[in-house]
Amino acid sequence: MASATTAEPRMLSETIQEKIRAYFPRYPDKRAVCLPALHIVHEHFRCVPLQAMAEIAELLEIAPADVHDTMSFYGFFPQAPIGDVRVWICRSISCAIRGGDEMVDYACQKMRVAPGGTTIDGKLTVEFAECLGICDHAPAALADDGRIFGPLDKAGVDAMLNELQRGPKPAE
Amino acid sequence: MSDRIAFQLDGREVEALPEESIWDVARRHGVVIPHLCHSAGPDYRPDGNCRVCMVEIEGERVLAASCIRRPSHGMKVHTCSLRAESARAVVMELLLADQPPKATAHDPNSRLWRWAETMGVHSSRFPARKKVPCPDRSHPAMAVHLDACIHCGLCVRACREVQVNEVIGMARRGHHSKIVFDFDDPMGASTCVACGECVQACPTGALMPATVMDDSGLKVLEPDRKVESLCPYCGVGCQLTYELRGDKLLTVQGRDGPANRNRLCVKGRFGFDYVHHPHRLKKPLIRRPDAPKGPDLVVDPHRPWDHFREATWEEALNAAASGLKRIRDQHGPNALAGFGSAKGSNEEAYLFQKLVRCGFGSNNVDHCTRLCHASSVAALLEGIGSGAVTAPFAACAESDVIVVIGANPTVNHPVAATFIKNAVKRGATLIVIDPRGQALSRHARYHLRFRPGTDVPLLNALIHTIIAEDLYDPSYIDSHTEGYEDLRAKVAAFSPEAMAPLCGIEARVLREVARTYALSRASIIFWGMGISQHVHGTDNARCLIALALLTGQVGRPGAGLHPLRGQNNVQGASDAGLIPMVFPDYRPVGDPAARALHERLWGRTLDPTPGLTVVEIMHAALAGRVRGMYVQGENPAMSDPDLHHARAALAKLEHLVVQDLFLTETAFHADVVLPASAFPEKTGTFTNTDRRVQLGRQALEPPGDARQDWWIIQEVARRMGLDWHYQHPRDVFAEMRHSMVSLNGITWERLEREGAVTYPCDGEDQAGHELLFADGFPTRSGRARFVPADVLPPDELPDADYPMVLTTGRLLEHWHTGAMTRRATVLDAIEPGPIAHLHPSDLKRLGIEPGGRLSIETRRGAIQPRARADRDVPPGMVFVPFCFAESAANLLTNPALDPFGKIPEFKFCAARLTPCD
Repeated sequence: MASATTAEPRMLSETIQEKIRAYFPRYPDKRAVCLPALHIVHEHFRCVPLQAMAEIAELLEIAPADVHDTMSFYGFFPQAPIGDVRVWICRSISCAIRGGDEMVDYACQKMRVAPGGTTIDGKLTVEFAECLGICDHAPAALADDGRIFGPLDKAGVDAMLNELQRGPKPAE
Repeated sequence: MSDRIAFQLDGREVEALPEESIWDVARRHGVVIPHLCHSAGPDYRPDGNCRVCMVEIEGERVLAASCIRRPSHGMKVHTCSLRAESARAVVMELLLADQPPKATAHDPNSRLWRWAETMGVHSSRFPARKKVPCPDRSHPAMAVHLDACIHCGLCVRACREVQVNEVIGMARRGHHSKIVFDFDDPMGASTCVACGECVQACPTGALMPATVMDDSGLKVLEPDRKVESLCPYCGVGCQLTYELRGDKLLTVQGRDGPANRNRLCVKGRFGFDYVHHPHRLKKPLIRRPDAPKGPDLVVDPHRPWDHFREATWEEALNAAASGLKRIRDQHGPNALAGFGSAKGSNEEAYLFQKLVRCGFGSNNVDHCTRLCHASSVAALLEGIGSGAVTAPFAACAESDVIVVIGANPTVNHPVAATFIKNAVKRGATLIVIDPRGQALSRHARYHLRFRPGTDVPLLNALIHTIIAEDLYDPSYIDSHTEGYEDLRAKVAAFSPEAMAPLCGIEARVLREVARTYALSRASIIFWGMGISQHVHGTDNARCLIALALLTGQVGRPGAGLHPLRGQNNVQGASDAGLIPMVFPDYRPVGDPAARALHERLWGRTLDPTPGLTVVEIMHAALAGRVRGMYVQGENPAMSDPDLHHARAALAKLEHLVVQDLFLTETAFHADVVLPASAFPEKTGTFTNTDRRVQLGRQALEPPGDARQDWWIIQEVARRMGLDWHYQHPRDVFAEMRHSMVSLNGITWERLEREGAVTYPCDGEDQAGHELLFADGFPTRSGRARFVPADVLPPDELPDADYPMVLTTGRLLEHWHTGAMTRRATVLDAIEPGPIAHLHPSDLKRLGIEPGGRLSIETRRGAIQPRARADRDVPPGMVFVPFCFAESAANLLTNPALDPFGKIPEFKFCAARLTPCD
C-alpha cells in the first residue's frame, strides 16, 4: 500500500494552518472547512498544489480524494501557479449576444495563450467565465483584484490588457 | 398492515415494504428492470443517475428512476410501456456512444453489454467523444480502462461508502467529470488498498482484475465453474466464490456472508494464486542422511535436493510415524510434542490434538493462538468464563462508542474495519488507543497515542475515573459481578493526573474518554495483539474486561468485548482443543469428568497433566527433553520469538515431521516432509472471530501427490497404533459433536444447507446466539469477576545501548509468516521485500534515506531491512513486519512470557538502529 504519509517539510505554514483551524468552530464537522481551506491556500499560493491538498486532507481528517473532488469541481482553483493577474471574460448569454466569445478569442490571440493559459512573462492569465453577474457591463470582464471592465470591444480589450499587464491593483 | 404501501405494478396489485423502491418491489415480483448504477448487493445506496431503470408512473409528467423512487399508495407504475422502454433504449444508446464497440470491449460480458443485448440496443447513432481516456495498468491487481466508464459512480460508492477507503473520487464537473484515484494519480501509485470492491461493483469492465486481461486490455479468461467457499486468511471469515477455469483458480468474488456482506480485502480477493506456486510440495520428502542440520540452515524451496529426496507416501508415512513411535517408546510420551494449525479446519485441529493425546500420550499440543490471543483467552476465561467474543464485530453497527485498542484492523482485519468505519459514518464515536497511528485514526474522535507498554496505567486511569466520577452501573455490578471492592481499592492510586506522565496522555483526555465510554448507550471494545503480546498481556485484557463490567457494557446490542482473532480458524482450533491445558471446548485436562468423557469417546487413557506451550516446547527441545515433533501447517521457525533459539531447538530434534504446502523455514529442519492441501483444495468447517462455524468447500484437487491434511494425520495415527477409520471430514465433525457441547444444534448437513451457524445454538432449527451474557456468565457463581491489574513494565526497556523500542506486526498484504502471501503474485508485487517503518524525524537523525538499508539489532539478533518513512510510528519506535524470511523480525524479539497466557512480548523490546552501507 502506498504510504499516506505526506512529505516533509510542510507546505502549509503554521500561520496558514492556524487560519484554517480557526474555521473549525463554525461548523459541526471539519469536512465543511474544505472550501474555506482551499480559498486560504489559493489566496496564499495563487493556486492549490497537490501537496497543499494532501496537507488540507490531513488537517481536516478527510480523504485526499475528498479535497481533490471539491477542488477540481470548481474552475476557480488552479493546480499550478497562474499569472500575477487573472482575468475572466464572460461568455454567458447576455455577454455572448453582445460578442463575449469574440472578445475571449481576441484577448487570447493577442496574448498568445489558449483560454486558461498564462502569458510567457507570467504577468497575465486569461480565462473565460460562465457568468460574472455584471451583465450591465456586457460583454464584461473581471480581474481577480476586483477591477471590472466593459462593455468591451476590441479597443476596450486592448486597453484592458495594457492596464492588467502593469500588475495587480495596489492594495488600498 | 398499515406500513405497507399498496400500488399497481404493470396492472398487478402489489405491496411495498417501507424503504423499498419500485425497483426492489419489481425484483421481488420477478419483473425485470434494467439497471447499471444500482447494485442490488447489500449496503449500496441507490443513486438514480444512469437512468436505464426509468419507469412510467400514471399522471406524472416525466419518467422516474425506479431504483430510487419509492412507491406511494395507489400509484400506477408501468415498467414496460412504450414510453418507458423507448426512453431506456435511448439512454442505453447514449451510453454506448462512448463505449469501445462490443467486438473490442474490455469485457463483452459486462453487465452493460448484457443489458444492451437484453434491451436490443446494439449500436449508437450518437457521435463518440473525441478524447478517449488512456488505460491505466499501473496496479498489479486491477486494470483501469476509463474508455468503458459510464460515470455510474458505483465504484465511488464502493470505495467511499461501502469499504470507506475513500481513494476513488469523481473529479471535475459535467462533461469533464472523471473517475480518479486520490489526486488523479495512477491507481498503482495511489493510496488504494486493493480491496477490489470497485472491481466487483463496476458494471462495464472499466475496472477489472488484471489477471484475466491480455496486454491489449481485453478480457480473455472466463471461468467455467464456481465453488462457494471461504477466505483462507484472517479471522473475519469472509465468504467468497472461487471462479475456476480447468484446474486453475481464476478470480475470487465476495459472497453475501454474515461476516462480510460481499466485501473482501486484497488478500482474499487477489491473494489466491499461492496454491499454484511452483514451490508447492507435490511429493513426500525424506531428509538425506548426509544433509546437515543446524540453526542457520537455509534450503532453497525450489531446489531442495541437497537436503531431501522424494519418497512414496508409504515410505514417508512409515518414516514419520516410526520416528515418533521410537521416541515415545524409548523416552516416554513427554519427549514428543505437536503443533497443530489455526489455518486448518476444525476437523484437522480436532484430529491433530486427538493424535497427540491418544497417540503421543501427552498434552504437549499447542498452536499459534499461544502467540496471539492466549493472554486474552486467559483473562476472558478467568473473568467471564468464556474465551470467545461476547458479540460479533458487526454489533458495532448498533454501538454509540467503539473502542479499538492495540489493534490495526484496516491492516489485519480489513473487512471488519469497514463495518467499524460504516458505524462511524452513521454517527458512532470511535476511540483508537494505540501508540501507532493507523488508517482508522482519521475516523476517530480520540486517538490516544500513548507511550508503548503503559497499557495498564492508562486503562487503570480510565477505570479510576469511572469509579471516582460515579460513571459506573451499580445495579449491573450488584447483580452480575464479584470482586468490585478489590478493583476499587487497586485503582484508587491510578488517578488520570498520576498516570498522565507515565502514559503520555493528558489527564483531561483520559477523563473525557472514560466518560464517553461509560456514559454511552452502548460501547464495544475491539482489541488485538497490541493488548495481548506483552508480558502484561493478561493484565491488559483484565482491564478491558473490568471497563465493560463496571459500566454494564456487555450483553446488550451494540455493547461487548471482542478480541479480533488473527487467523481464519484460530477460534475453531482453540475450541477443538489444540491447547495443552484443555480438551475440546476448553475443558481442563485435569477435570476428571472431562477426562472420563474423552477416554470413553477416544478409547484411551488420557494424561491429566497440562502439556507444554509453544515457547516452552522450544525450550524443552533445546534442553533435549522434547526429542520429536510433528508440526502441521505451522511455521515456528518464523513465528516464534528469538528465532535463533527456536531454530536451534528445531535443528536439535531427533525427529521432526512437517506437514505443509511449502518447504517452510520450519521444514528446513525436518526429517520427513508431508505435502498437504491448501485451503481451496479442502472441505471442512472453520470458526471465525464471531464464533461463527462456516463451511469451506473444496474447489481444486491438491497438486501432484499432495494429500488432504485429515487423511495424512489419520495415516500417521494409524501407524502409531490408533484404529481410525474416518472417510470424510463430516465423520470427524460428527464425532466432535459428541465431544463439544458448543456444537449443539450445528450439524454438517445444516452447514451444507446454511453455510454458517453461530454457537452457542439451542437447536438445529434455531439461529445461534450472536450476543452473549445478557443475563449472567458461565462461571461457577454465574457472576463475572473483576481482576485488578498492577503495573508491570515491559521486560526489556530501552537503554543507552539499545535506545529504540522495536514492535512487530503484519502488513495488509502479508499474512502471518508470509508462507502463502509471499507466494501470491499480486501481494508479493505490492509488498515485495523486508521493510522497517520509522518516523521521518528518526530517519533524519540516523542519517537514513527512505528506501535505504538499515541495521536493526537487539540482544538476540540483527536484520537489515529497508527503511520506510511513516509518521504513524511515533519517534523512538521502529515497526518491523514479521513476514519476511530474509530479514525475519522474530530474530530480534524477546521471548519473555506473560505469566498467565504464556504469550511472548512481541510488541516491545529494546533495539539499536544504524545505517548500512
